[in-house]
Amino acid sequence: MYQRLRTFLFVGPGLAWLTFFMVVPCLLVFLYSFFERGVYGGIVYDFTFENFDRAFDPLYLAILLKSAKIAGLATLIALLIAYPAAYAIARAPAQRQPVYLFLVMLPFWSNYLIRTYAWIVMLNREGLINRALLDFGLVGEALPLLYNEASVVTGLVYNYVPFVILAIYSSISRLNPEIAEASEDLGAPSYKTFLRVILPLTLPGIAAGAVFVFVLSIGNFITPDLLGGGRVQMVGNLIYDQFLEARDWPFGSALSLILIGVMMCLLFAQAVAVNRSAEGTR
Amino acid sequence: MKKTAFAKKLLAGAPAAVLALGLGPAAAQTLVISNWDGYMPADMAEQFEAETGISIDVANHATNEEIMGKVTASGGKGYDVIFVSSPFAEALDKLGIAAKLDHSMLPNMENLYPEARELSYDEGLTFSMPYAWGTTGLCYRSDLVSEEPDSWMDLLDPSDDLAGKVTMLSTDRWMIGAAALAKGYSVNVTEEEKLTEVKDLLVSAKEDLLAYDDTTFYSKLVSGEASLVHAWDGWCNYGIAENADIKYTIPSEGTDLWVDTMVVMESSENKEAAHEFINYILGADTHKWVVENILYKVPNKASMEALDASMVETYPNLGMEPAAMLEYEMLRDVGNAQKDYSRLKTEVMSAQ
Repeated sequence: MYQRLRTFLFVGPGLAWLTFFMVVPCLLVFLYSFFERGVYGGIVYDFTFENFDRAFDPLYLAILLKSAKIAGLATLIALLIAYPAAYAIARAPAQRQPVYLFLVMLPFWSNYLIRTYAWIVMLNREGLINRALLDFGLVGEALPLLYNEASVVTGLVYNYVPFVILAIYSSISRLNPEIAEASEDLGAPSYKTFLRVILPLTLPGIAAGAVFVFVLSIGNFITPDLLGGGRVQMVGNLIYDQFLEARDWPFGSALSLILIGVMMCLLFAQAVAVNRSAEGTR
Repeated sequence: MKKTAFAKKLLAGAPAAVLALGLGPAAAQTLVISNWDGYMPADMAEQFEAETGISIDVANHATNEEIMGKVTASGGKGYDVIFVSSPFAEALDKLGIAAKLDHSMLPNMENLYPEARELSYDEGLTFSMPYAWGTTGLCYRSDLVSEEPDSWMDLLDPSDDLAGKVTMLSTDRWMIGAAALAKGYSVNVTEEEKLTEVKDLLVSAKEDLLAYDDTTFYSKLVSGEASLVHAWDGWCNYGIAENADIKYTIPSEGTDLWVDTMVVMESSENKEAAHEFINYILGADTHKWVVENILYKVPNKASMEALDASMVETYPNLGMEPAAMLEYEMLRDVGNAQKDYSRLKTEVMSAQ
């Protein structure tokens, strides 16, 4: 009895938090997605599947696919930048590693919005990069670097790369160096050691970093809004617009549910990948 | 302007002043007001409190749609006075969210232009009070365009040297308004076929657009990132203030006349204080002070006539007379077609 009470006291606050701020709002989103919108906003309680029907219209499906493409590209580039960096940090002398990790985290001391806005200053027609290119005579007229998919990907990669470095670093630093030595002692060239031994063993870190970037990118709306200039719409902007501009909460809810579904599938896939690799090392 | 300039003073308000207003001893009240960020002088709340003892809690909204979403969801609860454009005020009245105004508490109404009291969306100003009014047009860098723009098509299908250097408003009423005017339709168009044509034009216009921008377009002109932007006249003035080469023009196809209004919420428990606030704004000096701060025209004859002549010289569109403005079509509530409008806008924004 006492045991039960104690468990309840420990778990209670967290459970209440999750119930009120996670389960209830999610249920509301779920319920709203089956009703109709009012003309000026609000919900009209008439049951309908129209919102889901509309969400799978080719127009919006294309946005979902484009968001996945942008998020996928950001993930890939972030991994390519982060893996060598994480590897280098993990192989650096032990006393210097905290310094390097500190430097990786340093950008987080400034606000996300400011870091994103700084890219506008660099990329716009009259921005730093175009000025430099023009001054050195490398281009005849200013390049359209801003307000396209490339600038959105740039912004996403820039903001999320530190997380990926940390995730992969923790994976690499936990690696027993003797395993790689054994591989080389047995005659494997170093590229083979990397591909067949190190890479598979650090897969959990890669998966964690990748899912992190992908999930945060696909739902992001600030970066596409600022760096895409409203011309590049991602599903996050679409949802944002439904709640704040179009006042179509039911449609926004339906889109949110679909996005939550996609994210859950990815997190599940990541969990499976981590499990597999854990089994593999046994 | 910074939101932080309006310190929250929840329990402020001198009891004596409240008593003097005859609002009862229990009413140490705070008015909750929602306005566009930067659309009134930064220290307005402090000035008002110093004068009346009523404190104001200012919330900001970025767009009409945002505040409409909040207010329709809550039936207006949580706000006392909100600032919205005329078609939205009309909608709030239809929804029963807007309170009827008691003109006996608004003696400063006599400062208004006679024209401003007979606006088609609210004749006699029964539920809304005009705060600022103006037109929507083209704001451009006269030193960067090869010829002066004079048509909405200069924005929607720009010449080669302007392609990629124009921005458009993304708020549904004005985004649709630009294309509707270009097609020769009403800014309140509701017919399905016409809206389809409008949508097609807007989707094709997207190709030559630098960005959609409702808030920083004038700074894009100042920096030279954009050469021609879709703008409200007052906001073009913000650019003119920084660069005298920036000019404002109304395209030959016409424009809309919009009025930004103050609406009291029917659910408000501080209706008297809310009227007090509106009456304060309509004061000749206050409303003139508003013009000097936000650079938009106000429908207040006494304030506009007291305006320094150099202001009109610097910002020519401030000198536009009410009669000239009223030649253009008034932006009205489109009723059920509002659903089509927001859907159309979503589809344009989503088009690849």
